[in-house]
Amino acid sequence: MTSPEQDESQNPSSESGEELPGSPESGSTAASRPGAAPQGSPPPEADEPLPPVNGHWHNLFRTITTGNALIAFLAVLLAVAVGSLLILFTDETVRDSSAYFFSRPGDFLSAAWNAISGAYSALFRGSIYNTRATDFETGIRPLTETLKFSGPLIAAGLGVGLAFRAGLFNIGGRGQMLLAGAAAGWVAIDVDLPAPLLLPLAIIAGMVAGALWAGLAGLLKARTGAHEVIVTIMLNYVGYFLVFYALSQQSLLQAPGTVNPKSLPIPKDAQMPRLLGDTYRLHLGFLLALVAVAVVWWILNRSALGYRFRAVGANPHAARTAGIDVGRTYIYAMLIAGALVGLAGTNQVLGTVTSGVAGDLDAGIGFDAITVALLGRSHPLGILGAGLLFGAFKSGGFAMQASEGIPVDIVLVIQSLIVLFIAAPPLIRALFRLPTKEAK
Amino acid sequence: MSTPPSSTPTVEGTAPAEAAPAVIAVVSRKAAVLLTLIAAGLAAAVGFGSQDGETTFRLARSTDFFELPEITVPAENTAWVMIVLLAVIAAESWRRYLKRRSTPIWLVAVYSLLAMTGFLSWAAAGGTVPVVSLLGNSVLLAVPLVFGALGGVLGERAGVVNIAIDGQLLAGAFAAALVGSLTGSVWAGVLGAMAAGTVVALILGLFAISYFVDQVIVGVVLNVLVIGITSFLFTQVLAPNAADLNSPPRFSAWNIPVVSEIPLIGPILFRQAPIVYLLYIAVALVTWSLYRTKWGLRVRAVGEHPKAADTVGINVNRTRYRTVLLAGAIAGMGGAFYTLVSVPQFNREMTGGAGYIALAAVIFGKWDPIRATLAALLFGFASNLQGVLSVLGSPVPSEFMLMLPYVVTIFAVAGLVGRSRAPAAVGLPYRKT
Repeated sequence: MTSPEQDESQNPSSESGEELPGSPESGSTAASRPGAAPQGSPPPEADEPLPPVNGHWHNLFRTITTGNALIAFLAVLLAVAVGSLLILFTDETVRDSSAYFFSRPGDFLSAAWNAISGAYSALFRGSIYNTRATDFETGIRPLTETLKFSGPLIAAGLGVGLAFRAGLFNIGGRGQMLLAGAAAGWVAIDVDLPAPLLLPLAIIAGMVAGALWAGLAGLLKARTGAHEVIVTIMLNYVGYFLVFYALSQQSLLQAPGTVNPKSLPIPKDAQMPRLLGDTYRLHLGFLLALVAVAVVWWILNRSALGYRFRAVGANPHAARTAGIDVGRTYIYAMLIAGALVGLAGTNQVLGTVTSGVAGDLDAGIGFDAITVALLGRSHPLGILGAGLLFGAFKSGGFAMQASEGIPVDIVLVIQSLIVLFIAAPPLIRALFRLPTKEAK
Repeated sequence: MSTPPSSTPTVEGTAPAEAAPAVIAVVSRKAAVLLTLIAAGLAAAVGFGSQDGETTFRLARSTDFFELPEITVPAENTAWVMIVLLAVIAAESWRRYLKRRSTPIWLVAVYSLLAMTGFLSWAAAGGTVPVVSLLGNSVLLAVPLVFGALGGVLGERAGVVNIAIDGQLLAGAFAAALVGSLTGSVWAGVLGAMAAGTVVALILGLFAISYFVDQVIVGVVLNVLVIGITSFLFTQVLAPNAADLNSPPRFSAWNIPVVSEIPLIGPILFRQAPIVYLLYIAVALVTWSLYRTKWGLRVRAVGEHPKAADTVGINVNRTRYRTVLLAGAIAGMGGAFYTLVSVPQFNREMTGGAGYIALAAVIFGKWDPIRATLAALLFGFASNLQGVLSVLGSPVPSEFMLMLPYVVTIFAVAGLVGRSRAPAAVGLPYRKT
């Protein structure tokens, strides 16, 4: 056996997608990793069989030359095009003018142009730079909003992605975020501590709560074989009701003297400090997410634990044969994953929505994280990019709804189409008549 | 870890191995532990939350031909009697474990019935438990779950993971509302729902079978895509024209002659909306054709060992496509429940993640249509029980009542089901070389 770790470390970027048995690239990496021999059935070959012996540098070279970036760009383009069609079909003016298309096609075309350019320029104004602002300081504000939104998406995406790498599907992001948020909120509101200690303790409490909640699923999987998909889904509901219970008890979290299921606002001392002054709402959570990216990258690519995660994720039977305690690996993977999702939960409660803990603090991030992890191919840097993109969509989507009246749901459509198209390079190649990988 | 006597003969070809005496030696004690835990939990609940009064179980509706009498019992004493019986069964389970025998499934069934009776008589003290409507509504609420689970079982048996059940349900609900409103016919709505589910399945098949995209990715993404598209169209098109486009007709209940007069069973099973009868037919047809027809054998072969299936001349990908499309149509039909039975209009994200529960039922039911159906019915019962208990009022905070079904599911999955074994080739695209 050659040292697989050494192999990996030379080229971390080539492993994108290896944990996903069906992804087109997985054939090449699985073949070059002795610790992760394919299961009984042969690994899904890439649609053009790759020579297995050329090593990672060759693969990397091939990856770049055959244009993965180009594929990604075309995938985004295609998704945006489909989104535009949806906007066209449902726009009143466009529909009206299409009725007399043949007598005055100009009307139709200008209406169509207005609808689409209006939508996407609003998206840009809401997510990157507001071109209608008078000065730079307000103009750049949308970009900081994008970063603010992407913080929890990145953290939770890392949690889902890390579990993916260990072969676990963590659908429990919602429950983990809720419990983490409630724990962090409880510490922030009810614990008397000097200011410099309060915030770190609240964050740690949240991460621990998330870790334990997810670790429960890992423990059950390791000890009894209970499928983690079922357990995490069920824990979502249990967690929701637990938090709801805490929010309806004066002795726990409910704000004194109210009947609403909501806590007191987070005290100023326990809030995540804003990074760029009070004009912008970007807070510490984004930096913490960046730190998490680095930590997860280190765990996965440099630590023995991460190697075990990847080995178990690639093939638990082979990993067990190689002497890895698979059950324990599952538990560790879920603990770390839960802590990361928990970070997203604290991010929400202590940073983004400081008006208090509520039952909807997860804001759908627990599920969005799955798409983020998939788009990022479960690779920390990929998740960073995917989180930023989705953060931009989230920030821009609201602006689009406000200024153009286009429902924010169009963002969901475009996001999911991007993930879908990026996952299917052969489809993109076929649609745009690109040469296949083997054409030299 | 499966328990040989309780597992019905399965067709994966593993049955002989399971029946071998060597396997009996590794009987798990999980069932015994679980049964003890539940009995202790119930005893603790009754011990702490003392309840006075009597509980009435109403077994019939006033319109029934044969009217069963109402049964009134003292709440707390009944609960204690049941707890004692539960303890006896748990002890029996331990005895069997020590003798290296597993706990038979009928014992678990009896246990569950006793536990439910004890729990209800305690929780509903001073009130009436409407047994018939409790169970009847459970069947109704389980309709989308069962359809979704059937679709999931079919797809996965052919080797295609179907996480897009939720998307298929939602697309079905949307199409049923739209087509139903346009045509004014519920049956056209059902057909529209089936078509919508098939379209989602077609995308799933296109990416998962033809383009070898990871099936989990496609499934999750399709769910998001369908949420996005239906919500977008709802806001842009349906909501502004609600009278024309979003006011479908509703199914009314049909009483099946004769059988609907059977006490207890009739009102529960045979006075339902027609879509429930479609459900019975679908469960029977899927089970029969999966296990008893050439087509079903091929589907299972393709899901277990596609290469072998290919070798004997079965077109793997064509079989998978057909099965996935059929599964989509079935799951889509379940979506019609939301707009044609439950609420007579479409709303954004109205399935509320039911597809994921159906997915849980598929795994819970070990990829078997009957067991998956039973699991889905259990979820239906659980979600209905929440409503009934919140009306009755109970000594435990309502949040804990509400989370009970999910906790029980976790216990059941961890204790009784154990390691689920998926079809061998599930999730792997097949490339002919």
